[in-house]
Amino acid sequence: MERSEIRDKVVKIIGAYAKDKEAMGSVTEETNILEDLKVNSARLVDVILDFEDAFDIEVEDEDADSVNTVGDAVNLVQAKVG
Amino acid sequence: MSRRVVITGLGVVAPNGVGLEAYEQALRGGVSGIRHIPLLDELNFGCRVAGVPEGVDAIAEERFDEGELKAMNSNHRFGCISALDAWADAGFERPAHEDDHVFWEAGAVIGTGIGGLDTAGEKLIPLTDAGKVRRLGSTVVEQIMGSGVSARVSGLLALGNQVTSNSSACSTGAEAVVEGYRRIQDGLAERMLCGGSEGSSHYIWAGFDSMRVLCRDFNDQPERASRPMSATAGGFVPGSGAGILHLESLESAEARGARIYAEVLGGALNCGGHRGGGSMTAPNPESVRRCIRQAVEAAGISPDEIDAINGHLTATGADAGEVASWAAALGRTPENFPAITSTKSMIGHGLGAAGAMECVACVLMLQGGFVHPSINSEDVHPDIEAFSASIPQQALEMPQLRTLIKAGFGFGDVNVCVVFRKWDS
Repeated sequence: MERSEIRDKVVKIIGAYAKDKEAMGSVTEETNILEDLKVNSARLVDVILDFEDAFDIEVEDEDADSVNTVGDAVNLVQAKVG
Repeated sequence: MSRRVVITGLGVVAPNGVGLEAYEQALRGGVSGIRHIPLLDELNFGCRVAGVPEGVDAIAEERFDEGELKAMNSNHRFGCISALDAWADAGFERPAHEDDHVFWEAGAVIGTGIGGLDTAGEKLIPLTDAGKVRRLGSTVVEQIMGSGVSARVSGLLALGNQVTSNSSACSTGAEAVVEGYRRIQDGLAERMLCGGSEGSSHYIWAGFDSMRVLCRDFNDQPERASRPMSATAGGFVPGSGAGILHLESLESAEARGARIYAEVLGGALNCGGHRGGGSMTAPNPESVRRCIRQAVEAAGISPDEIDAINGHLTATGADAGEVASWAAALGRTPENFPAITSTKSMIGHGLGAAGAMECVACVLMLQGGFVHPSINSEDVHPDIEAFSASIPQQALEMPQLRTLIKAGFGFGDVNVCVVFRKWDS
């Protein structure tokens, strides 16, 4: 799967949980999910579960812990889908 | 410190009407919100009808963002829509997420009787039993915890006073009104969102069905199924929904020039101790009468001032005894008995939401000068036939309606009674 395609899907999934909808308009791979998009930290587990469903992958807790930015999430998914 | 407490906002999500206008119209018209539920056929329920509010998901999608919706089961949706409506009806704007202002003077008592069993049945239990706990995600706890709805409402509206959820079975919704009233009366809050909500779920209704306390004889005539005070009543019809009253100190309401619907004159709460005929599932008649008398006393009025009764009246065998208790407690005879009606005849028994949806009905009746019909009571139970003239079959236009009393009786032998008076500005 192309990286751009993964990024689009990842951003859409994260967007559902973002409290700062305005910041969603200028998302880059450097955007921090918690700080910039104001996603509630408790919801990160739901974001990861949505990745699992959308990309048909399994994400270990340790891998999930390494996700801070949108780019981290794209890297994680890309590594899993191959 | 004892302050006067008034009602300045209302919100309702009921099986026969979502929103105040639709609800009032349905109440006046005697419109039933009871419908056949096909899933209950498949699952071999004895009772296959229920009261479920319509069109709620579409409203929820307009009011809540995608992230919020993922964490809101039916109980949350009903309760939160009602709370937002009551807040707006009281004249307040919904605060933005990014606005850090907290309304320290405003709180909530929003109860629930059973809770988020749809979330438990559809997600928590199957995934846990399949060894997939990590797939539960972050939103299960807030949807099944007893205080889930009040917790969500506090975030939607930035409430900073006491925020809690009470639970006293079928007394819950009206009990919340009494609790919030007392908090304001005591000077601990200026405004409280009070009421209850109950989700729509066959998992909630199943236990009642097994107890054989639900109506089984009108599955093919849903609108006739909920029959309080009727000779052919054969059990209650399960309902769901929410009702919220925005209670406010008179000082606060007057200072901001708020529209006032009615005053909460007084209320009482007690328990029959499962004695004297009371049990887990039946009320001790003495406790019912005491509760009614205490509410009238707390209201500082004479029982003769009661113009109408909105009873608990569920359509079980207990209805006749309840009417007798009202007569005894208020010192009334069939000849001078006030109008008595059951909102449950149209919406079923909303469990933890029942008292709240019914309190909203009380306030709308005071405001509109009418008593809504108690439908399906054309064949009044023989034990209360003498009271027939007091049971309206059609909406009773009553411009002189000033004082209305509402009671609720719950499993656990718990009782609540509250007295409302129309506000004359």
